Amino acid sequence: MAKKLHNTPNLDELEKGKWPSFVTGLKRLAKDKDIAVDLLGQLEASYKTRKGYWKGGTVGVFGYGGGVIPRFTELKNADGTAQFKDAAEFHTLRIMPPPGMHYDTATLRQFCDIWEKHGSGLIAFHGQSGDIMFQGCTTENVQKAFDEFNEMGFDLGGAGPAVRTSMSCVGAARCEQSCYNEAQAHRAVLNTFLDDLHRPSLPYKFKFKFSGCPNDCMNAIQRADMAVIGTWRDNIRTDEALAKKWFAKHGMDELVNDVVARCPTKTFQVKEIGKIKKGEHISSVAVSATHAVEIDNQDCVRCMHCINVMTGALAPGKDKGASVLVGGKSHLKIGGLMGTVVIPFIKLDTEEEVEVLVDFAQRTIDFFAENALEHERTGEMIERIGLANFLDAMEIDVDPAMISSPRMNPYVRTDGWDDEVAKIKAKKQA
Amino acid sequence: MNAPVQMRKPKETGVPDNKKYLHPVLAKNFGDWKYHDRPRPGVLHHVSHSGDEVWSVRAGTQRQMDVYTIRTLCDIADKFADGRVRFTIRSNIEYMVSDEKKVAPLIAELEKHGFPVGGTGNSVTMIAHTQGWLHCDIPGTDASGVVKALMDELIEEFKHEEMPNRVHMSTSCCEINCGGQADIAIIVQHTKPPVINHDLVANVCERPAVVARCPVAAIRPAMVNGKPSLEIDETKCMCCGACYPPCPPMQINDPENSKLAIWVGGKNSNARGKPTFMKMVASGLPNNAPRWPEVGAAVKNIISVYKADARPWERIADWIDRIGWPRFFEKTGLPFTKYLIDDWRGSRYNLNASTHIRF
Ligand code: HEM
Ligand code: SF4
Ligand code: SF4
Ligand code: SF4
Ligand code: SF4
Repeated sequence: MAKKLHNTPNLDELEKGKWPSFVTGLKRLAKDKDIAVDLLGQLEASYKTRKGYWKGGTVGVFGYGGGVIPRFTELKNADGTAQFKDAAEFHTLRIMPPPGMHYDTATLRQFCDIWEKHGSGLIAFHGQSGDIMFQGCTTENVQKAFDEFNEMGFDLGGAGPAVRTSMSCVGAARCEQSCYNEAQAHRAVLNTFLDDLHRPSLPYKFKFKFSGCPNDCMNAIQRADMAVIGTWRDNIRTDEALAKKWFAKHGMDELVNDVVARCPTKTFQVKEIGKIKKGEHISSVAVSATHAVEIDNQDCVRCMHCINVMTGALAPGKDKGASVLVGGKSHLKIGGLMGTVVIPFIKLDTEEEVEVLVDFAQRTIDFFAENALEHERTGEMIERIGLANFLDAMEIDVDPAMISSPRMNPYVRTDGWDDEVAKIKAKKQA
Repeated sequence: MNAPVQMRKPKETGVPDNKKYLHPVLAKNFGDWKYHDRPRPGVLHHVSHSGDEVWSVRAGTQRQMDVYTIRTLCDIADKFADGRVRFTIRSNIEYMVSDEKKVAPLIAELEKHGFPVGGTGNSVTMIAHTQGWLHCDIPGTDASGVVKALMDELIEEFKHEEMPNRVHMSTSCCEINCGGQADIAIIVQHTKPPVINHDLVANVCERPAVVARCPVAAIRPAMVNGKPSLEIDETKCMCCGACYPPCPPMQINDPENSKLAIWVGGKNSNARGKPTFMKMVASGLPNNAPRWPEVGAAVKNIISVYKADARPWERIADWIDRIGWPRFFEKTGLPFTKYLIDDWRGSRYNLNASTHIRF
């Protein structure tokens, strides 16, 4: 039995309504745990005053420099003692999830047992970076809890100016759109940088995310310094049985308005069967006795829309791989940046091919470590030095797939033009 | 001399392999899926080239879960789903079953325990959220509470697939925006410069680092009451709060003046148009704990206008592309104020350099 609950009229309001309530969960924990009783007390105080009452500090585990988020209460009595003493220390352990966030119940139950023993019993599945967040631990118990998670085969995630925890989509495990083995790439890349992840010493954070196709379920393009997004080079595949089934259900209006009209490059057409073009870059499939769709794949930007609408009838091609985009980040400090294309296409079928990605990641991080200013993300660094300089350092050839348009101003010194043209010619001949 | 205490060295195991956690049908058909459909909201039915089928049942959770909740979710997995689960990026839980007959009883069991089934396809799925007062050291508001209050309002839209396209939402309790880009995002927007506790700055803050952090160079070192401190040029400061994490004596949070803003039209998918960033469309909403009714009403209004007006497959960004911003503000009744005209770097790209105007 724990001590008596504090009055929490504000939080009690969050027990109403039909969505599962974290307050009800905290109260369940508070039956046995004083730390949960006092967490509720402090949270209620925040609700009353509309102020936060945590401050950071330094707490960690032996051998690592990051991965624990220290929290000490700032709600003090006049004599300096904590108002809610049993939650005065309420640290979080960030633990890295398996790719795709799959678990068996034995593992989840063991997490629960460990966290019931050493922590508050409150666990978030998952943080926005992907960590399992074990919330609420005293300084003394941080090491004990970590040791037990670590013995299970789980490791701390990143925090501070470090390589951060990563995420990959469900992908090949259960999604027909998957264009590479996301889990394999995720592990191969992240597990190369464990030193940079556990011992923060980069100019700033560095995030990887892995999405199996351009639907980008992991939101990689807007959030990752390096986004690995699946795509394909050959023609969209078709399945006539499923195409006819789709059309029988949805009809011509939906085919025209929802698919043809929404293809961003208008390469997707519907035609009478006799008028369908033939050719090495054409995908076509009959949807009825009279009509078929036609896609000229050279004009397809692999946006996924038609495939999403007519899943199975249409599918990504067979020559699969990924595009790699660099520099995505959120608002601070210069405003949000999207990742931009640095490698238009990379094969990721074999271990050797995945190694090429790992090597590129390694060189990017090395360059970032040496060239970024303190507190500068990759996107800001590239904006400052220019993409061409970054590509040069990475030994990547420029490619018009990297831009949305060529330069719109004359402010560039071009006296190296002839040399560049000669280099490109020489490369082509080699 | 004391013998040094023997500390356990960490095993740097990194990201664990997921193979042993995969549902057996997922493991068997890895990389071989052919297509999927959705027999009802909350259920995905995937078919493999091998002919194998799997039904995934998706349910909402509160994300910050107590161990009892997690054990209940485990009991359900042991009973129906071969003891395997996975979580989505938006904290929904998924159960995979290879026998269609198990779907209905699994749904009944989840709902009996209070976990709403839905969040698939064209629904309003669970809100991506952050730490808030529960656990962050810089929050202007709570996160879990805002989400709970909003999801209570939106739960029917979670359980049905009646939107033109999917609706992804996020909340962020400071302008750092950990919650990320979304179709609709709710983000703290401070309206007053930080209030500096000059007695503490010298001890707590690395002053050059704080000066460097300000996006508009509004901070400079100063001596205040004979102590080294910092001062802010309040005509420049746009109240972003970026100076607060490295220097807690620069208090940015204010119970009255820290407001909530609504942003719309973020889209990470490449489907149809290129990915887009979200845009601010409303601000000044009160930080009205514990249930934030003004925010709930504003969000529900945008969702209902979108639901009524957008065509199939239009995300909020696609819909606004078609109807245009004037009509967006007209239809939602949101006031278009001068603060919504961008003046940050690159802002001319956000002005209308054409005579494309809808009347
Ligand atoms: C000062 C204290 C800060 C705290 C306590 C904090 C806390 C957090 C937490 C708990 C998460 C989720 C982490 C996880 O999944 O494990 C997160 C994610 C995130 N944080 Fe912070 N954060 C802080 C500062 C910052 C700063 C300064 C920035 C930006 C410059 C930032 C940007 C982000 C972003 C963009 C995410 C989402 C990450 C993603 O989607 O991958 N945070 N933060
Ligand atoms: S990103 Fe693509 S492959 Fe990955 S889960 Fe989403 S749709 Fe499937
Ligand atoms: S995937 Fe290609 S063909 Fe299909 S809608 Fe997108 S651009 Fe058009
Ligand atoms: S959005 Fe800001 S206040 Fe909220 S958790 Fe992230 S850093 Fe903390
Ligand atoms: S709140 Fe933002 S703009 Fe104002 S002084 Fe701090 S960092 Fe600069």
